[in-house]
Amino acid sequence: MTQPAATTIDRWSGGTCPFDAGWRKVMMWWFIITDGLLFAGFLGAYGYARILALRWPDQSTVFSLPYIAAMTFVLITSSATMASAVEAAKEGKRRLALRFIVLTAIGGAVFLGMQAYEWWHLIEEGARLNTNPWGDASFSAYFFLLTGFHGSHVLTGVSILITTAIRTAKGWSTADGVEMAGLYWHFVDLVWVFIFTLFYLL
Amino acid sequence: MTNGFVRRYIFSTDHKIIGIQYILTGLIMAIVGAWLAVLIRLQLGWPEHQWVFLSRLLPKGMPSGVMTPEFYLAVVTMHGTIMVFFFISYVLVSGFGNYLVPLQVGARDMAFPFLNMLSYWIALLSAVVMVLSFFVEGGAAAAGWTAYPPLSAVASAVPGSQMGQTLWILSMALFIASFTMSGLNIVATVFSTRAPGLSMMRLPLTVWSFFIASILGLLAFPPLTAGAVMLLFDRHFGTSFFLPSGLVVAGKLLPNTGGSPLLWQHLFWFLGHPEVYVLILPALGIAFDILPAFTRKPVFGYRISVWCLVAVGCLSMIVWGHHMFVSGMSPFTGEYFSLVTLTITVPMTIFGVNMLASLWGAKLELRTPMLFALSVIAMFGSGGFGGLFLGNATADMQLHDTYFVVGHFHMMIGGVTLLATFAAIYFWFPKMFGRTMNETLGRLHFWFTFGPFFVIFFMQHFLGLQGAPRRYYAFTAFDYLRDTRGQNLAISIAALLLVSGQLLFLVNFVWSLFGGLAAKANPWQATTLEWTTASPPPHGNFETQPVVERWAYEYGVQTTDGDFAVQTVPARNVPVTA
Ligand code: HEM
Ligand SMILES: [Cu+2]
Repeated sequence: MTQPAATTIDRWSGGTCPFDAGWRKVMMWWFIITDGLLFAGFLGAYGYARILALRWPDQSTVFSLPYIAAMTFVLITSSATMASAVEAAKEGKRRLALRFIVLTAIGGAVFLGMQAYEWWHLIEEGARLNTNPWGDASFSAYFFLLTGFHGSHVLTGVSILITTAIRTAKGWSTADGVEMAGLYWHFVDLVWVFIFTLFYLL
Repeated sequence: MTNGFVRRYIFSTDHKIIGIQYILTGLIMAIVGAWLAVLIRLQLGWPEHQWVFLSRLLPKGMPSGVMTPEFYLAVVTMHGTIMVFFFISYVLVSGFGNYLVPLQVGARDMAFPFLNMLSYWIALLSAVVMVLSFFVEGGAAAAGWTAYPPLSAVASAVPGSQMGQTLWILSMALFIASFTMSGLNIVATVFSTRAPGLSMMRLPLTVWSFFIASILGLLAFPPLTAGAVMLLFDRHFGTSFFLPSGLVVAGKLLPNTGGSPLLWQHLFWFLGHPEVYVLILPALGIAFDILPAFTRKPVFGYRISVWCLVAVGCLSMIVWGHHMFVSGMSPFTGEYFSLVTLTITVPMTIFGVNMLASLWGAKLELRTPMLFALSVIAMFGSGGFGGLFLGNATADMQLHDTYFVVGHFHMMIGGVTLLATFAAIYFWFPKMFGRTMNETLGRLHFWFTFGPFFVIFFMQHFLGLQGAPRRYYAFTAFDYLRDTRGQNLAISIAALLLVSGQLLFLVNFVWSLFGGLAAKANPWQATTLEWTTASPPPHGNFETQPVVERWAYEYGVQTTDGDFAVQTVPARNVPVTA
């Protein structure tokens, strides 16, 4: 029933989808907004605690910022490969799309590995959910909370990418399907940019 | 029972069946919630009286027939939680939302029927977990429906803070997941599956209200989810998100440092305030739409009412601090929250006035749904009047946590929504089940509902003005509250009357389900799309795709059917007025 309509008014007057987007994409966008607000909740709480904090550690002494920057670079690069995959899928170049999807998934997996190493390293040094060797305990609590929740989203994203890759390899996936996976992936990367800026840099 | 029955009526993906499943589940939860309300009123009306038969029923909560204070807290908590989230949300928002939205936008089903089914089953699970929490060690949660820490975060605070609170949080998490799924569905359905010709400004206000309410839910619930996760961490993994340093509970100093219970209040009310509008907007939308079927004339101010809904939706996201005026916030912040809170009353009032103006010069047909819809206006006006006082930070300092607040929010979140729920049930019952409910019983039920309800919560405002605090287990120990004994007794008697009055509804509902008069396709001679199809509508809703030619309130015109034109009547037959 979805036909492209001529003007904005026509698009909103029934019988068709506004923005020429099907209900799947509408749903995905709203899901991303809600999920984004979940992180907004966490980040807002973190800001509140940070203002209350007496001894917030200097991040550069706790983390190796070049290492975090490398993680960030990997994740952002994977967003670029994802965009290429969506482009290729739209043009019907299945093999090319597949290659880019696999590259993106690898990027996500590398990011997860690097994060796991960072967690291990900090736990080695004595950081726990309720203890922090460098200052206020809430620092490590929010660290594990924020990066843990983001990491779980990356993991979900990688699983979605693997599924999409298999479907593309078998020729079952549509350009729309690849685009939806891409939307979610870009969202996960964008959340990281916020966490990186607000938790590691600021 | 054949396989077909299971797929048709149990694991169905048809939005109509799912809507009815939600409504029935919610009504059962309402019985649980009402039973808890009776317990509360027995305690407050007759403190220290020994209810021997209840001691046998509830040996732990009411040994020797008098309720323990701990059990009272659990009862209050669960009453509020169940009524807000498991009765009104299920029946009015999810139930009628599911049933009405696809029909009124002329779609065959929800955008994503399978997700819809999933959302119902998760909702059911969530309700089951909540009810089961009464039976675990320590009993049900006792930190109030707002679950303020430290009560909710420290297991040794009250018995209900043990397993009961954990289950409360888990149940809420399930609820949020299910509500998000159903919200996504409603938003996508309104966005993309409207029938040809059904522009946004031709949608019935009911659909608009579900649309805005769903968006509000999608925006407001996630931060609460974040808060709930952090609360679980505080409870089970030793973090101190909501626990400050130096907290002493039950004579023991807790090891926590650096958190703040106020953070929870912010996260909770950021949801909590929009949530009350999630519940009341559909109530208002439904009442607004029922009016014209019984005034037989177009509603007043449709467009403005739509914009009022939008404005209320936006404003409701930024007023949450009015629940925290006494939390020690800076006076400037308090000023801000007072200002925006009083601003939100402007679109709300315009909406109410539009409803009143819709009655102007009409001959009212006082059938049961109309009685309930009219009472929605009365209840809304009265409750909102109390809100004006509370919205002023200065007045709220005095009134906060008194029965004035209890009276205010029961009129709004309790009364308006309850009356609109009944209006909706009486109005759409013929469509849902192909039978009509009994009119005499219905009117009797109306008077037994509206009367006592208004008396109870009107009186509670005055209890609050006398300084009676909410959530107290008994007022016998305070000299200045001795005089309120009589008022509490009167309120309890009215409450028992209210609850018994609901038996009229249950009898009517069950009896009409099997023995009611057969209903025609359009028994109320109404104009929206659901009345153009059979009662009950077939799977897929419409024989052919409806094409919409006009707005939803074409009353007072001459057609072959009578004095109205359904939305599909072509413009060449009957002139389009809007
Ligand atoms: C006319 C507009 C309204 C205004 C100005 C208003 C104002 C307020 C204020 C300031 C409070 C906090 C009182 C306190 O705790 O000290 C409050 C509480 C409350 N209001 Fe309203 N309100 C309005 C409409 C509504 C509506 C439409 C609903 C529900 C559908 C509602 C439901 C509630 C609830 C549930 C609470 C109390 C929650 C609790 O503490 O347990 N209000 N209102
Ligand atoms: Cu509020």
